Amino acid sequence: MNTRALPLYATIAIFLIAYLLCWLQFPNILSTRVIGNLLTDNAYLGIVAVGMTLVILSGGIDLSVGSVIAFSGVFIAVVLRDTSLHPLLVFAMLLAITTAFGAAMGVLIDRLAMPAFIVTLAGMFLARGAAYMLSIDSVPIQHPFYKALQSTYYLMPGKGRLTLIGMVMVLTVIVGMIVAHKTRFGASVYALGGGEQTARLMGVRQGRTTMLVYAFSGLMAGLSGIVFSIYTGSGYSLATVGTELTAIAAVVIGGTLLTGGAGYMFGTLVGVLTMGLIQTYIVFDGSLSSWWTKIVIGILLLVFILLQKGLLKLSQSRLSGAS
Amino acid sequence: MLLSVQAMTKTFPGTRALDAVDFDLRAGEVHALLGENGAGKSTLIKCLTGAYHRDGGTVTLDGAQITPRSTVEAQELGIGTVYQEVNLLPNLTVAQNLMFGREPRRWGLIDGRAVRARAREVLTSYGLEIDVDRDLGSYSVAIQQIIAIARAVSLSGKVLILDEPTASLDAAEVRMVFDVVRSLRERGLGIVFVSHFLDQVFELTDRVTVLRNGQKITTESTADLDRVRLIEHMLGRALEVEVSDQSADETYHRRPEMLSFRNFGRRTVVEPFDLDVTKGEVVGLAGLLGSGRTESAELMFGVRSAQTGEARDQTGKLDLSGPRAAIAAGFGFAPEDRKTDGIVADLSIRKNIVLGLQARRGWARPIARAEQNRLADDYIARLDIRTSGREKAIGDLSGGNQQKVVLARWLAMNPRFLILDEPTRGIDVGAHAEILRLIRELTQAGMSVLVISSEIDELVAVADRVIVVRDRRHVAELSGRRVTGDEIMRAIASDDEEGDAA
Repeated sequence: MNTRALPLYATIAIFLIAYLLCWLQFPNILSTRVIGNLLTDNAYLGIVAVGMTLVILSGGIDLSVGSVIAFSGVFIAVVLRDTSLHPLLVFAMLLAITTAFGAAMGVLIDRLAMPAFIVTLAGMFLARGAAYMLSIDSVPIQHPFYKALQSTYYLMPGKGRLTLIGMVMVLTVIVGMIVAHKTRFGASVYALGGGEQTARLMGVRQGRTTMLVYAFSGLMAGLSGIVFSIYTGSGYSLATVGTELTAIAAVVIGGTLLTGGAGYMFGTLVGVLTMGLIQTYIVFDGSLSSWWTKIVIGILLLVFILLQKGLLKLSQSRLSGAS
Repeated sequence: MLLSVQAMTKTFPGTRALDAVDFDLRAGEVHALLGENGAGKSTLIKCLTGAYHRDGGTVTLDGAQITPRSTVEAQELGIGTVYQEVNLLPNLTVAQNLMFGREPRRWGLIDGRAVRARAREVLTSYGLEIDVDRDLGSYSVAIQQIIAIARAVSLSGKVLILDEPTASLDAAEVRMVFDVVRSLRERGLGIVFVSHFLDQVFELTDRVTVLRNGQKITTESTADLDRVRLIEHMLGRALEVEVSDQSADETYHRRPEMLSFRNFGRRTVVEPFDLDVTKGEVVGLAGLLGSGRTESAELMFGVRSAQTGEARDQTGKLDLSGPRAAIAAGFGFAPEDRKTDGIVADLSIRKNIVLGLQARRGWARPIARAEQNRLADDYIARLDIRTSGREKAIGDLSGGNQQKVVLARWLAMNPRFLILDEPTRGIDVGAHAEILRLIRELTQAGMSVLVISSEIDELVAVADRVIVVRDRRHVAELSGRRVTGDEIMRAIASDDEEGDAA
């Protein structure tokens, strides 16, 4: 069997076991209402984690996404408040901005041969600063189109609501899976994560691929910002602080190797849902402090890092045993 | 003529790496390209594969002049290259690696099934029936190397350049790769073969071209060439008989015993062994890759601690619980993988030399800069390290000179017992002989040396006594007149107990 898929199976198994344990205590947790809420509440995180997965697969990291989400919310809210543009047009403008922002970071990372950590850290401050410049207050979004978006849902059997933003998240994951696993661009991303020099020798256009990876992450961050603004109905420059780290955690819990080159897009969805499930459990329990979410996520992260190290050891010892 | 290079010239600041070199390659031949490090082999190859741009001369492939600007372009023109370190991605599957960049697509998306089918098809023609859906990294280096060859051939298909493809393979794996190369020769490819292993050159190649100092010395049919003449071409001087009668010296066991290891071993690593080392002796350790040679050395140096037995010298028991303890006991160890375990590539020669000495003194007592300079200059002169100065980064030196710096580091600490694991691996013939001579000099000054090598000739030349390791056991000890290539081979190859004269 391929050891590469083991972290993914482990992720899925942990999610299912966790769900089973929750279900034994609270049978209601299996209702479509809970599932619908799980998707809705984590929609923005899931979307941004899709972009983050691709970045991490390429061997990089994108710390700017949390700030970009906040910027997006403020940008939409301020533009809608001050102009009479239709929200769809504003969305298009925003996505163009965030994609270009990501692409610019990608170009810098490639051209200056700078660590992605530093460049995107600068991007994080820049985007957050830009959000403050637009407004330091929470700006409500009153546009009627927003009301329509917020109340669009598909009623699942059992009265669960699959909201628009939940659907967007699921669609994004599917698009992410296609991009990562079914295109030559995706193959180039894995190749870069496996080794830059080798990838170049195999014909990967490193500059173009790096730029596209961060552009994709910027696009996802912008989309996530739109979804977040629909979810909260406002734009606030202090929102989603630290979301980039939560997204990285979701990606790693989803079984993707933090050093790049190995992982699955689907695993990231499971990672996001696992983190959402912990939160849901705490809500159901009612007596637990929400800090338990962080503690459990911390433990899960540690378990996954150990698991990946262990698998690496295992495959190495198997190799030396075979030869 | 499939490929013809005429008057190729390439200059780097300060050196002329290639000086009007001619080289030609027929379809259906394996053509060895030989020379010491710095002779211009790799420059020639890099000019052919587009990694460098030549300054002058012409390259004609299939009757058309070409000037590749990148490795990818050279590939498209028909020149594929396989390097010593497998240049494929261990994190992708075999099929993905083989088809990378030209995956069959359906509706614009990669058709995974077709990728696997095509990959399987390609590998079957190489006699390789493996699961193409597993990660490349889960296969042995030999299989990875064959997959790399398969990829290079399917991408280019006219000329295949093999740059030291066998450096990290054991004998059986080398045979496997050679079978593939021979079948490609029958298919009509022109193959350029670069290797340090002269045995392999004689076994595999049809013609030999020797470069020296950027100039072509000769191109001859391999069958017309003998080993001595080939080495003379490479070195540009007649080989001194420096590798002959040293092992005839049988007086060593009258010399005082310096170190003795008794029942020394560690479970699953090396079975307990006894070993005595006398003052000024060179002990060779022979065996196949993975037989426990390196592990024995690591045990003695405390890289892994021994579970059983003890080591003692005349004064009593030695503490070898770790490298620090071993160094304190007067041991030194130059490991096999020089690049990762031996040198600090970004630091200067001077810093690399004083590293060990400084570590022993502790950080609180820094070695004065003048003293460091004196040490560095002294060893650069003594070991004939070829460099433009002591402040040059060691990573920029050739393999042989790096090895000399590693030696210098240990010599500066004046050990009594020095372990050298494959001291001549990846080093050109000239430096090779120099290092062997150096080992001799050291022992004459009273130091004892343990040399691990997979080149039997080398052990015969340098060692007073050879221990043969097989299957993690010390199975034979040869000394005096019995230190011959045949005897060592026999001891390595025999798999019953009767050859085990100790």
